[in-house]
Amino acid sequence: MNAMTHPLTHLVNLAKPLNFSQYSEQGGYVGARNALLEYSPEQVLELVKSSELKGRGGAGFPTGMKWSFVPQFDEHDRRAAQNKYLVCNADEMEPGTFKDRLLLEGVPHQLIEAMIIAAYTIGANKAYIFLRGEYFLAAQRLQQAIDEAYQAGWLGKNIQQTNFHLDLYLHTSAGRYICGEETALINALEGKRANPRAKPPFPQVAGLFGKPTIVNNVETLSNLPHILKNGVNWFKELSPGSDAGTKIYGACGRVKTPGLWELPMGATIGQVLNDHAGGLCEGLSLKGLLPGGASTDFLLPEHLDTPMDYDSIAKAGSRLGTGGLIVLDDKNCPVAMVLNLLQFFAQESCGWCTPCRDGTPWAVELLTRIEQGTGTVDDIDSLLKLCDFMWIGKTHCALAPGAVEPLKSALKYFNDDFVEHIEKGCCPYHGGH
Amino acid sequence: MNIVNQVMPHPNNYLTDAELAQIDHEISIMETREAAGIEALKIVQAHRGWISDDSLLAIAHYLQMSSAELEGVATFYNLIYRQPVGKFVIHLCNSVSCHLTGYAEVLAAVKQYLGIEYGQTTQDGLFTLLSNACLGGCDKSPVMMIGSEHYQQLTPDLAIDILEQLKQTAKSHGGDS
Repeated sequence: MNAMTHPLTHLVNLAKPLNFSQYSEQGGYVGARNALLEYSPEQVLELVKSSELKGRGGAGFPTGMKWSFVPQFDEHDRRAAQNKYLVCNADEMEPGTFKDRLLLEGVPHQLIEAMIIAAYTIGANKAYIFLRGEYFLAAQRLQQAIDEAYQAGWLGKNIQQTNFHLDLYLHTSAGRYICGEETALINALEGKRANPRAKPPFPQVAGLFGKPTIVNNVETLSNLPHILKNGVNWFKELSPGSDAGTKIYGACGRVKTPGLWELPMGATIGQVLNDHAGGLCEGLSLKGLLPGGASTDFLLPEHLDTPMDYDSIAKAGSRLGTGGLIVLDDKNCPVAMVLNLLQFFAQESCGWCTPCRDGTPWAVELLTRIEQGTGTVDDIDSLLKLCDFMWIGKTHCALAPGAVEPLKSALKYFNDDFVEHIEKGCCPYHGGH
Repeated sequence: MNIVNQVMPHPNNYLTDAELAQIDHEISIMETREAAGIEALKIVQAHRGWISDDSLLAIAHYLQMSSAELEGVATFYNLIYRQPVGKFVIHLCNSVSCHLTGYAEVLAAVKQYLGIEYGQTTQDGLFTLLSNACLGGCDKSPVMMIGSEHYQQLTPDLAIDILEQLKQTAKSHGGDS
C-alpha cells in the first residue's frame, strides 16, 4: 500500500503495530514536527480549514470550522480559560462500524501524533482518548504507544524543545452507545451518567469541566499528520468528488469478503459492495443496505451507483454516517432486521427524554408483533406516527432520530414485507438462515 | 436492596492498598475526585468480580460523593456488574451484523449448553450470560467477548467448544490450588 494513496491505513499492522522508532522511520511524527516547528497554531487551523476535512464520526461537520469556535484569548486576558481540552472519541459503538478499531489496534502512534497536532492548534494542554471498554487490545496498544511518546519527548513538558506542553491520558469507558454523542461523552468523562447535555453552550465553548473542549473522531484526527506532511492540495486531490481525502469504507452482513478498505472519498456503493466486498454470498441477492451504520436510512439496489460522499448519499435519501455498509440479503427478513436495530436503540436510550425512552420500546413492541405474525395494519400506522414523534426537534439528542432513519425507510421500501407478515400471520422468511 | 441502614465501611479498611493506589492514579489525571468514579468501579470490580453494596459505599466515600450518585453511575454502564457474576461473563453481541449472520443459532446453542437464560449464572458459578451491543467485529460476526478476549466467526459448535475449554481450564486450575 502506498503512503500517498492510502495515508490512513498504509502503516496499519494488526499483528504487531509499529513502535515509536519504527513509526518514526516510516515518516511518522513528521506532520507533528512540521506543525510545532514550522507553523503557528493559527496557521495550522487555516491549513485544516482549507483542507476541507470533515468529521468521520458520522455527522460530517467541517473539522476546521469546529476548531475555530474555540475561543482564543491572549494568555494574560482575564477571559482566557485556564485550560482547554482535546478529546478523541474512540467510543466506536455504532452497529456495523469497526473502522476506528483498525486504526486504534493497527497504528496507535498515528492517533497520538494527530492529537498532538490538534491540541497544539486549539491550545489544549490536556487530552483524553475516550475508548470504549470492550476494546481491550486497543487499550493495551494505545497505552504502550502513549508511554513511548512520553519517553521520546513527544508528550509531556516542552515537546521537542518548544513551549508546548501536552499530557495525554487514556480513559476506557464502561459501555453505553450514547457515550459516542459528544456531550454525553463529556459527562461520562466527568464520571457522570452519560446523558447528553443541552446545546448551547457547545463543548467548543464550555465542555469538559466547563472548559472549551474539542471532541473529534479517531478517523478524523488520523488525517491530520498526513495533511501537515503532504499538504492541503494533495489531500483535496485524493478524491475525485466534492469531499476531500480518503474514507475507510466497510461492509458486513452476508457478503463474500466483509472488511474495511481505504478508498478515495466518493467511491460508489457498488464499488465497495461488489469490487471490494465481493458481492453477496452464493445464492443470495441484494435486498437493501444501510450505508453508514445502524442510524442511517436504507438504500436499495438502484442506489449502487451513488458515490459515498456526504452530499450524494444525502441526495439519495440517507446519510454517509460512518461509511460502513450493513448489507441486507433477500433471505434475511427486513422486519426482523429493523426489529433488531430498534431493540438496540431501545436498550441504549439513556432515558432522559420521553419520546426516546418510551418511543423506542414501543416501536420494538409493534415490530415484535408484526414479525411474530400477530400485528395489524394499524400497527404500521402507529409505527409511522412514532417516526414523527421521535424525529429531530422533538428529542433531546440524535439517538431517537437515528432510530427513526432505518425504521421509516424500511416502512417505505419494504412495505410489502410488513403487509405480508400481517396478512399471512407469520414471518414469510422464517427458516431463511 | 436495602443499603440505607447499613454501616458504611471505612474505605481505608475496606478497599485494599492495590485498589486505592489504582484509584488514586485515576483521581490524579482528572480535575475532580468524582470524575474517577467509573474507573474506580472498574478497578474494584476487576479485583472482586462485581460491585457489592459495600464496595459501592466505600468507593463513594473515598471519592467524596453520595452513594446515590455513584449508584446512578454504576447502574448506567453496561460493564459494571451490580450483582454477583460467574467466573466467566459471556457478552454475546446481539447487534445487527451478528443478527444477519447467525447470532440466533449461536445464542440458542449457548443457552442450551449452559442451561441458563440471559442475565443468569450457571449453578457451578462458572458462567454468566449477558448480551452486548455491537462489539465492533462485524466483518467476523457472530462475535462474543469473555473477559478481555473477543471470539469471532462463531458457529454454534465453535461457541460450545470455547465454553468447554474454559470449563476445563477452570477445573484444572481449581485442582491445582
